Amino acid sequence: MEDQERTIRRTASIEQRVDAIQAAFDERGMNATEGVAELTRLATEQWVPQNGARVVARAWVDGAFRERLLTNGRAAVEELGLAMPKHHRHLVVLENTASVHNVICCTLCSCTAFTIIGLPPDWYKDFEYRSRVVREARTVLREMGLDLSPDVEIRVWDTTADTRYMVLPMRPSGTDGWPEEKLAAIVTRDSMIGVARL
Amino acid sequence: MDGVHDLGGRQGFGAVRYRRNAAPFHADWEVRANSLYVLAVRLGLINMDEYRHAIERMEPRHYLGAGYYERSLTGLATLCVEKGIVGRDELERRAGGLFPLALASAPGRTNAATRDAFKRGDRVRVKDDHVPGHVRMPGYIRGKTGVVVGESPAYPFPDAHAHGIQAEDELTYDVRFRSEDLWPNSSDKALIHVAVFQSYLARAL
Repeated sequence: MEDQERTIRRTASIEQRVDAIQAAFDERGMNATEGVAELTRLATEQWVPQNGARVVARAWVDGAFRERLLTNGRAAVEELGLAMPKHHRHLVVLENTASVHNVICCTLCSCTAFTIIGLPPDWYKDFEYRSRVVREARTVLREMGLDLSPDVEIRVWDTTADTRYMVLPMRPSGTDGWPEEKLAAIVTRDSMIGVARL
Repeated sequence: MDGVHDLGGRQGFGAVRYRRNAAPFHADWEVRANSLYVLAVRLGLINMDEYRHAIERMEPRHYLGAGYYERSLTGLATLCVEKGIVGRDELERRAGGLFPLALASAPGRTNAATRDAFKRGDRVRVKDDHVPGHVRMPGYIRGKTGVVVGESPAYPFPDAHAHGIQAEDELTYDVRFRSEDLWPNSSDKALIHVAVFQSYLARAL
């Protein structure tokens, strides 16, 4: 009888399931509603690609900072007041050049340095990108609008541990003498994932 | 576990549904689902390895049919039920319908009995390990040989940490593989880098 009842009951909507967890946490004194409000503010206002854009712009104008960033990313971004979660113990910054192009992914789930480059978009977490970018990098990048010359070496980085990666894109020509803020404004999240060049 | 989540190199998927600078969230519930799992981590109710493994344990048809934030919520809810924080009955009563959860876990494991230390330039081989519980070795590097290009600080060993098993923290190495070694005659030419825990690696001759 119970089994029969289960089979005719419908799956709750996803909104109802989220509400159920939140209410269960609240009832157990975990202040979920307040916690969610605070974390929602972080997710939508603080963990944004403008953080990484500041890092990139600083690296473009300050050679000593660029060296520190490439040596120890986590310590370098802290200089700009940017934090990473405790479990992201290491940030590896991958520098694009005329002959080397880096692109990051997470084939097993969807890990990113989200406090620095922003939370990932759907396509980064979808099965198409996760399955194909390691095996067909050049084809996938071309399909996404980045047609790299055949002599550019492609380096893919799969985020399978708690080391985090970000791409340091090349500074576009025609930006000589630009102030740091103006440079930061042209740096996109997609260029720090490595599916776009600037 | 060799689950459907282990997607690297799988064939048959179509074009990436790419939009330039796409937004990370599309609905209020997605933001809240994300915030709830982060909150649970902050409160120490769950750790990241348990969370990732709970998502991997989702029934494959559910995993493949769910979007990212539904997978996230299912992983969180599964752990809350398994840890006795909230009963499934209560969740279903509150939700007003069924609340699908992930399937039960297989046993985890502790670190490899002996672990080598490597340095940049060392050639390493990924062990031919088949692990029923949580593991962070993507199947596409199993048994393959690559070169160490970087070292990261010690992290909790995921195969143990996802299962509440005592283990030592381990270094991880960024290992560079050639795509033609991973998928001979069946890949675009590229260098593929994977962050690999010490326990998964042996010295290559």
